[in-house]
Amino acid sequence: MSVTMGQALNAALADALAEDPSVVVFGEDVGPLGGVFRVTDGLTAKFGEERCFDTPLAEAGIVGTAVGMAMYGMRPVVEMQFDAFAYPAFEQITSHVAKMRNRTRGAVGLPMVIRIPYGGAIGSVEHHCDSSEAYYTHTPGLTVLTPGTPADAYALLRQAIAAPDPVIFLEPKRRYREKAEIALPVTGEPMARAVVRRPGSDATLIAYGPMVATALEAAEAGRAEGYDLEVIDLRSLAPFDDATVCASVRRTGRAVVVHEASVFGGYGAEVAARVTERCFHHLEAPVLRVGGLDIPYPPPQLESHHVPDAERILDAVARLQWESRWTAVRA
Amino acid sequence: MTSTHLDPGPHDLLPGADPIRLIDPDGRRVPDPAFPVPAPDVLRALYRRMVIGRRFDRQATALTRQGRLAVYPSAHGQEACQVGAVLALGEADWLFPTYRDSMALVTRDLDPVEALTMLRGTWHCGYDPYAHRTAPQCTPLATAAPHAVGLAEAARRRGDPVAALAFLGDGATSEGDAHEAFNFAAVYGSPVVFCVQNNGWAISVPLAKQTHAPSLAYKAVGYGMPGYLVDGNDAAAVHAVVSRALADARAGHGPALVECLTYRIEAHTNADDDRRYRDDDAVAVWRERDPVTRLERLLLDEGLLDAAAVEAVRTEAEDFAARTRDGLNADPVADPAELFAHVYAEPTAGLREQAAALAEEVAE
Repeated sequence: MSVTMGQALNAALADALAEDPSVVVFGEDVGPLGGVFRVTDGLTAKFGEERCFDTPLAEAGIVGTAVGMAMYGMRPVVEMQFDAFAYPAFEQITSHVAKMRNRTRGAVGLPMVIRIPYGGAIGSVEHHCDSSEAYYTHTPGLTVLTPGTPADAYALLRQAIAAPDPVIFLEPKRRYREKAEIALPVTGEPMARAVVRRPGSDATLIAYGPMVATALEAAEAGRAEGYDLEVIDLRSLAPFDDATVCASVRRTGRAVVVHEASVFGGYGAEVAARVTERCFHHLEAPVLRVGGLDIPYPPPQLESHHVPDAERILDAVARLQWESRWTAVRA
Repeated sequence: MTSTHLDPGPHDLLPGADPIRLIDPDGRRVPDPAFPVPAPDVLRALYRRMVIGRRFDRQATALTRQGRLAVYPSAHGQEACQVGAVLALGEADWLFPTYRDSMALVTRDLDPVEALTMLRGTWHCGYDPYAHRTAPQCTPLATAAPHAVGLAEAARRRGDPVAALAFLGDGATSEGDAHEAFNFAAVYGSPVVFCVQNNGWAISVPLAKQTHAPSLAYKAVGYGMPGYLVDGNDAAAVHAVVSRALADARAGHGPALVECLTYRIEAHTNADDDRRYRDDDAVAVWRERDPVTRLERLLLDEGLLDAAAVEAVRTEAEDFAARTRDGLNADPVADPAELFAHVYAEPTAGLREQAAALAEEVAE
């Protein structure tokens, strides 16, 4: 069956609502409209206003009330309409959602999911295209997931809703309409694990969310240039799956981290540092980062210059000091 | 002031121009058609808890000077607000306190050492919120108000007769989270009572720089919920009004905002110097309006309490202070390994590595 990422997310929400009476879905326009991206389409009609409902337009209020509901035993799944519109909720997320279990010595866990459509390349105007993952991954206590495929959109969202701790669930909005031939439900790998999407032997492309497809495209194009590239889909940004990533890099000896966010102080810096610390003696070249420019997200007419594409990834691959390999072969 | 109902007109929601007062500063009853004075046993309970609460507060301040607490924000002067409101709560109701509400915590029967754990600095929240239906003390202003709304709303949706009481200060009403909490509660009809202890000061900033509203209780009408302006140094009035608001909330009539006019007698905390921003004269005026003395006068004048009973309450307060003192004078035991225990339900691989590294550091 052909399923888009948006449909997979919708199915995950519907199945969770059907299976667990403590699950509630709420946010701005998620009711009769079905969300601006239609991810909650039909849920109010099917499960009623008590289970899927519209809220006043206030993100801190949405997340803050979800905290209280989770304290009372519910499993709220809330939607932030766009990445940049989640910032009013930032204090609730960092000061309360992330810390409640720790503050209360484990007495109060918050099983809740904050869904955030993120990233650009959708031709939208400003404040609709941020890649805000590093703000969340820098906050201990949060689990940060982002699916790269329709199957994972379903599997990861189901696991996120069932998890005992709060999850920031970042949905790559440019991939909402991309299809895969799958039969739902799917279980998928455990949510904390990265997966190898494409095996290869020359270098490892480490990607997540919207860049998984772009990295796969680069790997395919790289064949013509003589590179056999492995692609890892991180799936979970926090916690980070060191084992899977390092096993790959130790095998290939080269790595490029790819994300859409600006490079400076970005999530890729953490990945590059971890990989270098753990795989130093296996590396043939420094771990490189490919990302957006260090600029505020550009207007739609210029965004193609900002968002990484396969070409920019392959340019980085070309800079992975391949001369050392030829030197070694000659010696 | 009329009682709340489901579709009130705006005038029914407005607070009165004068605060609701059931006992005047001289300890005499003030008749109020809407709110009867609580029964004698309730008045005695309010008095007893205020005396214990004040002694506890004084003890905590002393322990801070001795270095046993990291910091202590005193509630001296606000006894009627904290005790009056907390004693209005039912067993199944929830309390959402702020950092200045340690007195409210012990009034809710929390162990004093557990109640002071955050201010002692051995952990953040020292009690199990589920054991006393009391949320962790909240430091970022007004941010627990939406939690109270969410919890109350979850209870309402499940059909449980549970209400939540959220404490706020006057300064906190300027925060966006207060606005969002008021609005969500009113839109949903959540069973939550927002109790604003207006003590006149947000650290050094007086109320006049905080709001241009006729009163903080006035703000309620804009959200479509009733606002009550109450003499916050009158424990009987606070108890009567909060009890009514909680009962209305549990009965499905939605939220309410109760503003208790009171005064912060001490500086913001022991680390603050209030001589930099206010005169002793102003504080002296409020010392004269002491909430404990006021209720004591009424109880003695009306023969609801005798000298022996007063003495018994004082002894009980001394015992409670001694228990607090003894508990906090014991050297705290803080285990570094616990730093990793509650970040997630299960520590991540990364946290396990760091825990092992820290254990080695500690062993060296």
